[in-house]
Amino acid sequence: MKDSLIITKRQLLQLLRVPEVLIFSTIQPVMFVLLFRYVFGGAINTPGVDYVQLLMPGIFVQTVAFTVAGTALGLAEDMQKGLIDRFRSLPISRSAVVVGRTLGDATLNVVVLIVMALTGILVGWRPSSGALEIFGGFLLLLIFGYAMSWMGVLVGLSVRDFRTASNVVFLFVFPMTFLSNAFAPTTGMPRPLQYVAEWNPVSTMVAGVRDLFGLEPMFGATANSFPSQNPLVMSLIYIGLLMAIFIPLSVRKYKNVSPK
Amino acid sequence: MSASVIAEDLVKTYGSHHEVRALDGLSLTVEEGTVLSLLGPNGSGKTTTVRVLTTLLKPDSGRASVAGIDVVNNPQRVREIIGLSGQYAAVDETLTGWDNLIMFGRLYHLSSKGAKLRAEELLEKFSLTDAAKRPIKTYSGGMRRRIDLAASLIVKPKVLFLDEPTTGLDPRGRQEMWEVINELVKGGVTLLLTTQYLEEADQLADEIVVIDHGHVIAKGTADSLKKDVGGERLEISVPAEKLGEVRRIVEQITSSGATEDIQMHKISVAAPNGTSTLIEAVRQLDSVGIHPLDIALKRPSLDDVFLALTGHVAEEKVDEAVAVPGKRGRR
Repeated sequence: MKDSLIITKRQLLQLLRVPEVLIFSTIQPVMFVLLFRYVFGGAINTPGVDYVQLLMPGIFVQTVAFTVAGTALGLAEDMQKGLIDRFRSLPISRSAVVVGRTLGDATLNVVVLIVMALTGILVGWRPSSGALEIFGGFLLLLIFGYAMSWMGVLVGLSVRDFRTASNVVFLFVFPMTFLSNAFAPTTGMPRPLQYVAEWNPVSTMVAGVRDLFGLEPMFGATANSFPSQNPLVMSLIYIGLLMAIFIPLSVRKYKNVSPK
Repeated sequence: MSASVIAEDLVKTYGSHHEVRALDGLSLTVEEGTVLSLLGPNGSGKTTTVRVLTTLLKPDSGRASVAGIDVVNNPQRVREIIGLSGQYAAVDETLTGWDNLIMFGRLYHLSSKGAKLRAEELLEKFSLTDAAKRPIKTYSGGMRRRIDLAASLIVKPKVLFLDEPTTGLDPRGRQEMWEVINELVKGGVTLLLTTQYLEEADQLADEIVVIDHGHVIAKGTADSLKKDVGGERLEISVPAEKLGEVRRIVEQITSSGATEDIQMHKISVAAPNGTSTLIEAVRQLDSVGIHPLDIALKRPSLDDVFLALTGHVAEEKVDEAVAVPGKRGRR
């Protein structure tokens, strides 16, 4: 555990030494907030509630889902530079490096979420539930981001080149965040896509966080499917599944990983 | 002296049908306190050998131990006593040299104070004190290798593995690296280093193991390997029109066949009596009024050994390998 924290500390030190990284990881989500709030928001009809209230949970979830990219890129780069080999030649536990990396990315998420929340407040976002529930919402976001980060470990250690890591992630995660209720109602989609969107973990997360921030379920639930009826339960199940699958696979991968 | 590193019959294959045999029955021994150089071309299995010995890769079969500890059964204990510096400078480039050494020191479980002391010591030793607070990205190639080497020395390893420590460095960087390594060797470290530079093996190693296609094809000291390839040779450069005549004269003196490098206007012949052969050749050439552009007695270089052993000039006899034009460019 102590070894993991040293790896986490290394990552935070990187952020201090190269602050651009932190700036760029926050600029994209902030830009999305502004774009959707002022550009697309006007065209999306949300009776009874400001679009920005629905939008913010969507962008929060999208942002933490992208943790998979941050983790994958970081590890792929470490591998390419030979750092993973060096770490593996040290007398430290076989999980220290990947645990440290995922904790580091979770810490980065805390910073990014704070910046986004402040931006949201500036553009009119006002969660209407109690402090405890709001806190619970952010905690859920962080845990989901952490689970996604473990998927990133496997991707990052499996590709040969860090550019491949970014391609793999963006081909997969980017559409996944849009094929959901995050930005627009799923009711506008063709019927088969509605089912996909409703079972999409991004949708259950968005619906769950909206719930915790005091919003009525909207933007979905046309098919009356289980996930859209029970978004919080379903989100926790997805998080559990992600971790149960990707933590053991990632640790095993790290043990046997070989650059080439 | 006792063996510090032992590899016995290591096999490692890749591919779904084990068609790539990266290691094909490789065995070697490094005596305590000595330097062994693993010499071979790209893809011959050097890095794979190092990866097995440093616990990064499990062999398909065979046995290996470092300081008496089995690398497959007891990898964590092996990791405590080895240092590894790989082909690339495996340090965090965004961090400073200082940050890196502290991080690795802590990962080797030094106390915070211990890690700082060791970092200061190592930076001083590798002339990096002035650059300590700069990010590694701003370092020259040679400095990167030195900080990488420093990171592998944090716990004073019993056995140090250097995988192509000077690949990609300019001549000055290489010279600096050699000085640093020689310094370490004087301090008594047991070292296994891989290289594709014959000169490097010659400079640094007590014993050289030549490998190709994953197994050992020759071993010995630099001198004994050179001796295996043949003794001294006389090389004479003359204007093109004199080549034939010079060849006749030296073949007569040495009673053996000479090789002719027409491009370089050079005649090369085995010189069984060393300097006597040289003097006799000078005398006879002078008496017929031939003044060579260059005349020299040469011991075979490790290049010659290498070419002869790896069979990259497969169809030619060992003697003739010496006259292959352009091979000097490899150094």
